[in-house]
Amino acid sequence: MKLSAQGLAFGYRDHRVGSDVTLELASGEVLCLLGPNGSGKTTLFKTLLGLLPPQQGSVMIEGRDTRNLARDAIARQISYVPQAHGAFFPYTVRETVLMGRTAHLGLFSAPSASDHAATAAAIERMGISHLADAIYTQISGGERQLALIARALAQEARVVIMDEPTANLDFGNQVRVLERIRALAGEGIGVLLSTHDPDHAFLCADRVAMLHQGRLVACGETAAVMTAPQLQQLYGIPVSVTELSLQGGGSSKVCLPLRML
Amino acid sequence: MTARQPLMLLAAAAGLLGMVALAFSIGRYPVAFPDLLRVLWSWLGGAAHGLDPAIETVVLQIRGPRVIAALLVGAALAAAGAAYQNLFRNPLVSPDILGVSAGAAVGAVLGIFLSLGIVAIQSMALAGGLAAVAMVYVVARAVRGHDPLLVLVLAGVVLGSLLGAFVALMKYLADPYNQLPAITFWLLGSLASVSPRDLWIAGPLMLAGLLPLWLLRWRINVLSLDDEEARALGVATVRIRLAVIVGATLMTSAAVAISGVIGWIGLVIPHFARLITGPDFSRLLPVSVLLGAGFLVGVDTLARSIADVEVPLGVLTAFIGTPLFLWQLTTARRGWQ
Repeated sequence: MKLSAQGLAFGYRDHRVGSDVTLELASGEVLCLLGPNGSGKTTLFKTLLGLLPPQQGSVMIEGRDTRNLARDAIARQISYVPQAHGAFFPYTVRETVLMGRTAHLGLFSAPSASDHAATAAAIERMGISHLADAIYTQISGGERQLALIARALAQEARVVIMDEPTANLDFGNQVRVLERIRALAGEGIGVLLSTHDPDHAFLCADRVAMLHQGRLVACGETAAVMTAPQLQQLYGIPVSVTELSLQGGGSSKVCLPLRML
Repeated sequence: MTARQPLMLLAAAAGLLGMVALAFSIGRYPVAFPDLLRVLWSWLGGAAHGLDPAIETVVLQIRGPRVIAALLVGAALAAAGAAYQNLFRNPLVSPDILGVSAGAAVGAVLGIFLSLGIVAIQSMALAGGLAAVAMVYVVARAVRGHDPLLVLVLAGVVLGSLLGAFVALMKYLADPYNQLPAITFWLLGSLASVSPRDLWIAGPLMLAGLLPLWLLRWRINVLSLDDEEARALGVATVRIRLAVIVGATLMTSAAVAISGVIGWIGLVIPHFARLITGPDFSRLLPVSVLLGAGFLVGVDTLARSIADVEVPLGVLTAFIGTPLFLWQLTTARRGWQ
C-alpha cells in the first residue's frame, strides 16, 4: 500500500471542507476522483500531500504518517501536478522540469549532470522535447500542463497526484495525457487524479472515488461505481451510461447528459 | 544558455575591472594607469614603485578604501535585490521599495543620534532592516484577496513614510551643528567618509549575508514558485525563506550602515542581470554581484569627478537608475514575463 487516508477530515484552519474520507491507492493503480465544483477535491489533494494538516484522521505513505515526515521525504514519495498556473519568472521548460529534482538534491546543492539527464528523459517521455528551451510563461496552457507532468516524472515519486490534468488540453492532448497516465501505472506508479469528465474515468481509471460536499459517496471498481444513478446523484443531472461497441472489436462505456438529448 | 554563461561572467568581470581601473585613475589627482599598476604591485609585495609618495597615498589611502566600499555596497545591494525579487516572486521589489533600506536607515540614524560606535550602528541598522522587512511581510500576508504586488508595494510605501517620520523626528531632535549635518549627508548616501575599519566590519557581514544566498541558490529558484508548489517539490519554505530574508537583509543593512541610503541599485541591477542570464538564481546572483559592484564604482567615480563638489551618491543613482528602469519597463519585458 503506497498511500492511504484513514477517517480524514480536511479544510483550512477553522473551515471544514470535508470529513470521513478513507481511501487507499496501491502502486500501479489509477484512482480517479470525481466530484462537482466545490466538492473539496483540491483541498483533499493538498491534505494528502501534507500541504494542509489533517483536521482529523491521518495520511500514511508506505505506512508512515506524513506529519512525521520532512518536506523533501514526502516529495520523494508523492509528486503533485497542480492545475496549470501562471509562473512569476520566465524559466524555460527545462528549468521548470528540473525543479522536480529538488527533493533529491542536498540543501546546498545545485542540479548535477544526472539530474539534467533525468529532466531530459522526463521531457522526452511527455513528448515536449521541442519545447525544452521555450519559456514556460510563453507556451500554451496545455503545453504548461504537459511540462508540469514532466516535472512530476522528474521527481521520480512512486505516487503522483494530479489535479485536473486534462482541464486545459485539447482533445488530442487529453487522450495523450490519459495514455501517459496509464503508462505510468504500467511502470508501477500509483496515480490519483481528479477530472470533471466521467468519460476520462472510463478511459483510464482502475477505480473511481466520488466526492460530494466533502464526503466520499462512492469508491470502488470503475465499472461498479460508474453507474447512471451514481453519476446522476453526484452531478444533479439525469445521465445515461451506455456501452458502445467499437469498430474492430472491443467496447467502451460513455456517459451522456440526458437533458441535452 | 549554459554555453554562454562563462562568456557572460567573463564580460561582466572585465567590465568591472575596467571600472575599478578608471576609479583609481580619475579624480582631482589623476593617476596614470602604469603608475597605478606599479603602486599596486609594490603593495602586493613586489618591487618598490619609485614614484612620488603622494601617488601611493592617493591610490592606497584615499581611493583604495573608497573603491572597495563601492564594490562591496554595490554588490551587496544588487545581490539582496535579486534575492528579494525571487523571494517575493516579483521583479519590482527591491530593498528600498520593501522599506528595508528605510528601516536600516532609522537604525543607523538612531545610532548616529546616540553617538554610538560603528559596531553598534551596524547592529542597529540590521535590527531596523529586519524589523522593516518583517512588518512588510506580515502586512502583505494579512491583507489577502488583493493583488499581492499592490499590497507589497503599498505596505512598503506606507512603512517607508512612517520610518521617514522617525528619521525626521531624530533630525529635529539632533544637535543642529554637529549631528544634523552628519545625519543629513549620511542619508543622501556617500562613500566619502568610509574608513578601512568600517570595511573590516561591513565586509564580513556582507559576505555572511551572501553565503546563504549562494548556498541555497537552487532552493531559491523553487521558492519563486507558488508556495504550495514549492513545498510539494520538497522545499521547507518557511525555514529557507527566513534564511534568505536574514541574509539579504544583513547585506542591505551592512551596506546602508557604511554608505547611507543608495537607492535603485537593488531594483535596476538584478533586472538587467536577469535580461542577460534568465531567471535561474545560480546564474543571476554572480552576474548581479558583478554588475552591482561595477555600477556603483562607476557611479561613485562620476559622483566625485563631474563637479567641483561631490554629488551625493543617492542623488546620482536615482538620476541614472530611474530613466534606466523606465526604459527597461517599457521596452524589454522579457526579463519577467
